[in-house]
Amino acid sequence: MRSHHDMGGLEAGPVVPSEHDYAPWEKRVDALMMLLSARGLLKVDELRRNIEAIGPEAYDRMSYYERWITSITQTLLQRGVLTSDELGRRMEEMKARHAAEQAQ
Amino acid sequence: MSGQPHDHHVQGHHDHDHDHDHPHAPPPDADSDLTYHQAMELAVTSLLLEKGVFSADDMRRQIEAMDARHPGLGGKLVARCWVDPAFKARALADGSAACREIGLEIGPLKLIVVENTAEVHNLIVCTLCSCYPRMLLGLPPDWYKSRAYRSRAVHEPRAVLAEFGTHIPDDVEVRVHDSTADMRYLVLPRRPAGTEGWDEARLADLATRDSMVGVAFATSAG
Repeated sequence: MRSHHDMGGLEAGPVVPSEHDYAPWEKRVDALMMLLSARGLLKVDELRRNIEAIGPEAYDRMSYYERWITSITQTLLQRGVLTSDELGRRMEEMKARHAAEQAQ
Repeated sequence: MSGQPHDHHVQGHHDHDHDHDHPHAPPPDADSDLTYHQAMELAVTSLLLEKGVFSADDMRRQIEAMDARHPGLGGKLVARCWVDPAFKARALADGSAACREIGLEIGPLKLIVVENTAEVHNLIVCTLCSCYPRMLLGLPPDWYKSRAYRSRAVHEPRAVLAEFGTHIPDDVEVRVHDSTADMRYLVLPRRPAGTEGWDEARLADLATRDSMVGVAFATSAG
């Protein structure tokens, strides 16, 4: 059965020749993939599998690097490099810090 | 498999005392709201820095290396092919080796160079994701990763090409190459007329990113 990400040959609308300069956070996600690969902590198959595991609705809603960071994070959790608890805490800290900086 | 692959961490952030600063974490991007996924990236990066998986310097160097990749590198390969038939033959036989021969870093990737001729026009796509000759062109444009391009390039390439303003005569065969993680393609566009005697650096400028993806021709000598 065809998976959602496997879209070659399907019907779709016109190609919109869009592009944007990559944001710093997107570049860091890209760099994360390269750094983790080089350290044997992420195989391209894992990156792919965990992208393919994203449900169709979420897949369509996410931007490209949002899929990547989701997949990278999932891989690190699966490998036990990170725990969901420490990840959750740190995300909350990052949000709080950002909010504080924005409020200044 | 859950449709929400990122719902694994919302619990458990009460009753802890993590109020210390994380000096190695990159700052949030200025002037924008922090999205869920941006917070995820910041959290993952800061945790990995803390665990010593890599250093801030490693991260910075990695980003600088990626920023340094641009279509001019692919243009260098194309220009050499245009001026040196023996080199072109080697590039078509083994793209990775040809890159190394002229000092282009290609890593372990298998690069396949496909040549446009009077009879054949080539187009590259990655239907599953976005595999792209990033070592030679830099990061791919958004449209390359779009649903429309990935879906349609393989079954109506002429229509897709027309949307880029690239019209392929009916008597020219269009070949579409679907990339994989381990195998990337680069289109060798046709050398524009009127460029006889041009040096390689000047020729390399005519080989645009889009021409090396195959959605456009090389810039004309004009």
